[in-house]
Amino acid sequence: MVAMSGGVDSSVAAALLRDAGHEVVGVTLRLWGGESDSGCCAVSDVDDARRVADALGIEHHVFNLGDDFERDVVAPYVADHVVGRTPNPCVECNRHLKFHRLRNRAAALGYERIATGHHARIVEQPDGTRRIARAVDRAKDQSYVLHMLDQEQMAGLLLPIGDMTKDEVRRHATAIGLRTANKPDSQDVCFITRARGREDFLGQRMALTPGRVVDVSGTEVGTVDAVELVTIGQRRGLALGGGAAPRYAVDVDMSTATVTVGSAGDLLTNETLVDGCTWTNTSFPPIDLSVQTSAHGIAEPANLIGAGNKVIVEWAQPHRRVAPGQSVVFYAGDEVVGGATAC
Amino acid sequence: MIKELTISVYLDHAASTPTRPEVVAEMLPWLTDHPGNPSGAHAAARAARRAIDDARDHVAALVGCGPGEVVFTSGGTEADNLAVDGVVRATGGVPVCSAAEHPAVLAPVEDAGGMVVPTDAGGCIDLEALAEVLTSVDDVSIVSTMAANNETGVVTDLEAVADLMAQCAPQALLHSDAVQAAAWMDLPSSAHRAELVSLTGHKFGGPKGAGALIVRTGVSLDPVIRGGGQERERRSGTQNVPAIVGLGEAARLVVMEREAMIQRVSALRDRLEEGLIAKTLGVNRTVPKGFVRAPGVSNVCFKGIESEELLFLLERAGIAASSASSCASGAQEPSHVLAAMGIDRVTASGSLRLSLGHASSDADVDHALAAIPPAVEHLRACARSL
Repeated sequence: MVAMSGGVDSSVAAALLRDAGHEVVGVTLRLWGGESDSGCCAVSDVDDARRVADALGIEHHVFNLGDDFERDVVAPYVADHVVGRTPNPCVECNRHLKFHRLRNRAAALGYERIATGHHARIVEQPDGTRRIARAVDRAKDQSYVLHMLDQEQMAGLLLPIGDMTKDEVRRHATAIGLRTANKPDSQDVCFITRARGREDFLGQRMALTPGRVVDVSGTEVGTVDAVELVTIGQRRGLALGGGAAPRYAVDVDMSTATVTVGSAGDLLTNETLVDGCTWTNTSFPPIDLSVQTSAHGIAEPANLIGAGNKVIVEWAQPHRRVAPGQSVVFYAGDEVVGGATAC
Repeated sequence: MIKELTISVYLDHAASTPTRPEVVAEMLPWLTDHPGNPSGAHAAARAARRAIDDARDHVAALVGCGPGEVVFTSGGTEADNLAVDGVVRATGGVPVCSAAEHPAVLAPVEDAGGMVVPTDAGGCIDLEALAEVLTSVDDVSIVSTMAANNETGVVTDLEAVADLMAQCAPQALLHSDAVQAAAWMDLPSSAHRAELVSLTGHKFGGPKGAGALIVRTGVSLDPVIRGGGQERERRSGTQNVPAIVGLGEAARLVVMEREAMIQRVSALRDRLEEGLIAKTLGVNRTVPKGFVRAPGVSNVCFKGIESEELLFLLERAGIAASSASSCASGAQEPSHVLAAMGIDRVTASGSLRLSLGHASSDADVDHALAAIPPAVEHLRACARSL
């Protein structure tokens, strides 16, 4: 069962699996009924997925998981903002919808494995366990958003395009005549439109609190319309007059609605506390550990102190503070060994 | 590698019926031999005009109205839109409908600032709530309520609605969407109080793309689609001659065969429904006992499963059925009809609509009774093992 978003990656994933002799069914998840630029649920994207499936000669179904998406992705996204966290809804969608809900449904309907068009690989270890590994195309690597997968989930998952560059994916789509060959990549959060933005979306679902902006000495230097929307490390939108050096949000205190700004140096920290840890296998701690704190960030060397659900990431070099709610992913070389959420 | 899916058991007549062979035979010459536009002046045009007027007679006989009261449309949705919008354009006022109406009625009513009246537990417009609206709002211009519901088959007592309207709001017109009812109900007696009645051919053996709005003489109705003034200025656009001919033939067959069809299909539906209830635990009829239902539709709710999964497995078993309505993407949407009946979302997500019609047979029922209970049990076992 291939999760087809209507994009080129999942189109090619379906084509490759069909050509490899699998019995393939394409499924598009209808997750969000509201406005969307593209994301996964716009009718035109469902149409693209359906027409690609038609061209490939595979069945296509649409599953409406809108209630689950609202409960497991959108509501927590809003709730996190209420307490000043910066969540990663794509990670939660993968965790709850694609790799839990869809996987269980596939199993109930007689499909042994699901497949997606993520740019990542699954590599088998000498002991037979599996890990998610970075895609061949480093620029498109999505291993970060798959970090939560456990052994059972990986055993039931195929990532057919992880070994291909994006150019190769597009060339393959062109070669076999898929209509999605030149479709632009989807971006951003699927349930928030570029025209209206995050503030508008959240403003309809929660109260936004105006806040003060102070520098590290406590002097007020500006204001913000919504302290809930400020992310640590953020530079723009803090209503600061033109200063000499760039200033960043280094702390957000929700209880007093105060954002502290400082220099790039003030943003650095030696350690980051994370919780909600998931581990891909038991051989812990791994050597050559590096830690990545955003979807397109660079993994930096670090040690982990502690084990279990809550650990401290001790950075080899001072590291920018991580906004609470962000996914923090642990790599051994190119392979994911675990992940967590910044506190 | 790729399974060729053959649907052998078609239990989705409420979505669309197979076109009857007699209908196809009547339509065919109008696709192949006759080029005329019914509005033209020459012999070919007159032939086309005669063909649609013959069809008009058949549709009039089906509903029990004069042929001049039949306005051909592209189908049920256009007929519903024309009824609501046409009355509001002509006379203004507040349109009112039940919460279980088809979106083709709900959308124009809501767009015109109208009122949506709750239903009773069976999904019929709640007469007390309607009385309250009709007495508190003094310029209700149209009340729209279905003759038979598309999702559950429940039949509304239009006589009672008309009596209430005569008492509380004599100025208001009664519209009834009889799209699902036309195959089953004797509209000349059950819908004679409705000034406006919607129909579509493909729910009773006709082709898709031809329907009608019955507009009784004396009703003020402005057109929605304007242009050449066809259909007595009520619906412009060159008539879809082949489809209208098909609609007419299908209507003629219904009038001729309805009584026998009701006997046969009711028996099939009851055997199917009773069999499902006997062979499966945790299944309930969606419409409570005591409500009249159209013969073709069985709507049941299975506890502990999701109908999206059941439909997938039934398709694998060669059975075409449906749950609630489908949205533009093709996904199943939570049913507003079941919600109006007070059925909670989780229960409603286990609903299945099996709808029978002229093409249904004993073998279909046997196959469904063999396939559905094990599929339901399989899904429940999967859910338990999580």
